[in-house]
Amino acid sequence: MQQSIALGEPVAGVLGRRRLLFWFAVAALFALLPAAFRQSFALSMLSQMGIAIIFALSYNMLLGQTGLLSFGHAVYFGLGAFFTAHAINWVGAGRIWFPITFMPLIGGLAGLFFGLLFGFVTTRRAGTPFAMISLGIAEMVAASALMFTAFFGGEGGIATNRTAGGALLGVDYGPQIQVYYLIAGWCLVCTIAMFALTQTPLGRMANAVRDNPERAMFVGYNPTRVRWLMLSLSAGFAGVAGGLSAINYEIVTAETLGVMASGSVVLMAFIGGIGHFWGPVVGAILVTFLQSALSTYTQAWLLYFGLFFLVIIMFSPGGIANLITMHKPAWQTGLFRRLIPSYVLAAATGAVMMTGFVALIEMIYHYEAKEASTRAFGILGLRLDPETLGSWLLTLALLAAGVALFWWASRFVRRAWDTVTPELQARGAV
Amino acid sequence: MEFFLVTLLNSLSYGLLLFMLSSGLTLIFSMMGVLNFAHASFYMLGAYFAYQMGLHTGFWAALFLSPLAVGAVGAATERFGLRTVHKFGHVAELLFTFGLAYVIEEIVHLIWGRAPVDYRVPASLDFTLFTLFTTQYPAYRGFMMLVSVGMLIGLWLLLTRTRIGMIVQASLTHPDMVEALGHNVPRVFMFVFAGGAALAGLAGVLGGNMFITEPGMAAAVGTIVFVVVVFGGMGSLTGAFIASLLIGGLQTFSVALDYSIADVFNVIGVGVGPESAWYGLASISVAQTAPVLPYLLMVLMLIVRPRGLMGTRET
Repeated sequence: MQQSIALGEPVAGVLGRRRLLFWFAVAALFALLPAAFRQSFALSMLSQMGIAIIFALSYNMLLGQTGLLSFGHAVYFGLGAFFTAHAINWVGAGRIWFPITFMPLIGGLAGLFFGLLFGFVTTRRAGTPFAMISLGIAEMVAASALMFTAFFGGEGGIATNRTAGGALLGVDYGPQIQVYYLIAGWCLVCTIAMFALTQTPLGRMANAVRDNPERAMFVGYNPTRVRWLMLSLSAGFAGVAGGLSAINYEIVTAETLGVMASGSVVLMAFIGGIGHFWGPVVGAILVTFLQSALSTYTQAWLLYFGLFFLVIIMFSPGGIANLITMHKPAWQTGLFRRLIPSYVLAAATGAVMMTGFVALIEMIYHYEAKEASTRAFGILGLRLDPETLGSWLLTLALLAAGVALFWWASRFVRRAWDTVTPELQARGAV
Repeated sequence: MEFFLVTLLNSLSYGLLLFMLSSGLTLIFSMMGVLNFAHASFYMLGAYFAYQMGLHTGFWAALFLSPLAVGAVGAATERFGLRTVHKFGHVAELLFTFGLAYVIEEIVHLIWGRAPVDYRVPASLDFTLFTLFTTQYPAYRGFMMLVSVGMLIGLWLLLTRTRIGMIVQASLTHPDMVEALGHNVPRVFMFVFAGGAALAGLAGVLGGNMFITEPGMAAAVGTIVFVVVVFGGMGSLTGAFIASLLIGGLQTFSVALDYSIADVFNVIGVGVGPESAWYGLASISVAQTAPVLPYLLMVLMLIVRPRGLMGTRET
């Protein structure tokens, strides 16, 4: 990617006073979140988010920091999950003793091992060939998973029991809240570790290898080795996330290491923004939320999701993180006020366009749903029936009006920026 | 012998189908440096379009119209999607096609549903071409091969013997010079992309009724085509051709062979029974390993010769 990674001041140190304060604030937030959301649904979603954050951050070690576009990162996540599940079952059978709290370490080691193994082959190339090879490895592992049923459990997967270790200091991981705190703790530790890694010479060299491998070579580093190390370490963190998912769901199936899972972490990292360390965190939270929230409302959620991804790539390739940081100078200089009216206009017209678009997609879905007793459905106060021509006309008119209005409003946004940008430049804010 | 000949014919027709897909992919790659993840989605669209058009116009018209329609979709993808993303670099382009593959699959879900559609071999081709020993060889497979070979020769003639081919070839290596000579290179890119998509669409028309037309068909064939392109060498048409036939053969033969290592050991007298510790591993039959073999082959190739069979460029 062209844009450089904004990591803040490297001299401040990972555990400098301000950072330390920040990490404590995050820890406090993690501790208090369950109090804010009492429903079990919210708690399991928070757990999922924690796992997704580690996974997406580990993925960004490859894509954002080393410039390696991998389509097979779930391999390490999944293998970590399988090894953890087997280790827990061993504990349950009394063959080994190992506290469940540190079980994700097993997943991490498994991820690290397979990262070293597969990475040795894959990191010999960068760019597009690496992307294809990573996809090939992912397919190979996914196909093997259905072959070696003893280890991967075939179609049914491997079930496990997280309470197998018994209670340690009164914690037996029976209730979900204890699992949440386990995940939150690991999430914080892994995030700090991954952030610390960006400040090390290795992390810096990874950026150099991403931007210009030839020059990195001139400085005396071997780009292949830097890629290999980064891939292995990131696979290790993915393995930790996989281990946590084994504990959280108590079942691991071959799907966890499949190509679909690999694809979804690409989406998370990219939607969040790969140019910033915290971008994938935003992506992981948003995507996990959308996955559980949207999928309960509509069958077409994958379509919306895919289109959302395309829109991000086409109009904001830096992801949501970039959209946010874009406004930082305007916010600091107080010029943000001038953007607000055009934004409100764009939001209002955009809402009309979205309503029209969603209504159209839902109309088609409801029309196709032959077995449904009634095809009529309500959306945002509209009552639509795909059997009547009027509903179709209404939907199409709404969409057309929305597109036209949004296009009209987008000119105001552009004009507002055109007045703000010179002033920002004059004040030296950008 | 019978088994061998029939499987050979089947693998040949499958390999030619793979080449129809990989040739478009490799042309697009060598021209724009973009690996089109949605290529197999165009294959799927070809099959679905042919099914839908076939309901109204019959198979023969659909054979021509469906690839044209897919080509139009491809042209629109290049013009309105990829060209916008191009300024953000290769990763964004790659991810764009990746997202597009998602979206096309979901649109197929939306329009044709999740179950396979009833796209059949036309009645005029639904007869036995010849009988080999005891196996009846379907005429449609022969037709598939005929069209593939015809396409192959046509593509070769187009690229090497015509002015258009000359401009395309020149744009591959010297886009700036071609532009300076007054040709519209972005438009050449668009047409190459559309042509590649149309080829994939044609493969879909032919393969959709031979195999099965369902939303999963793109994912099933997509990664195999990537393996073909990497194995043959990125950007090499000859390499893609050889790799297509090789991998087509490998897949067809391995699926048909129901032997395992344990069987081999039993033949040579070293019995590996169910009581042996290695039985789990040794009893996996060749047919069971069939899905893994192409990927394994690709990884081996990358270790031994990273640029592939006939590839010239390293990255």
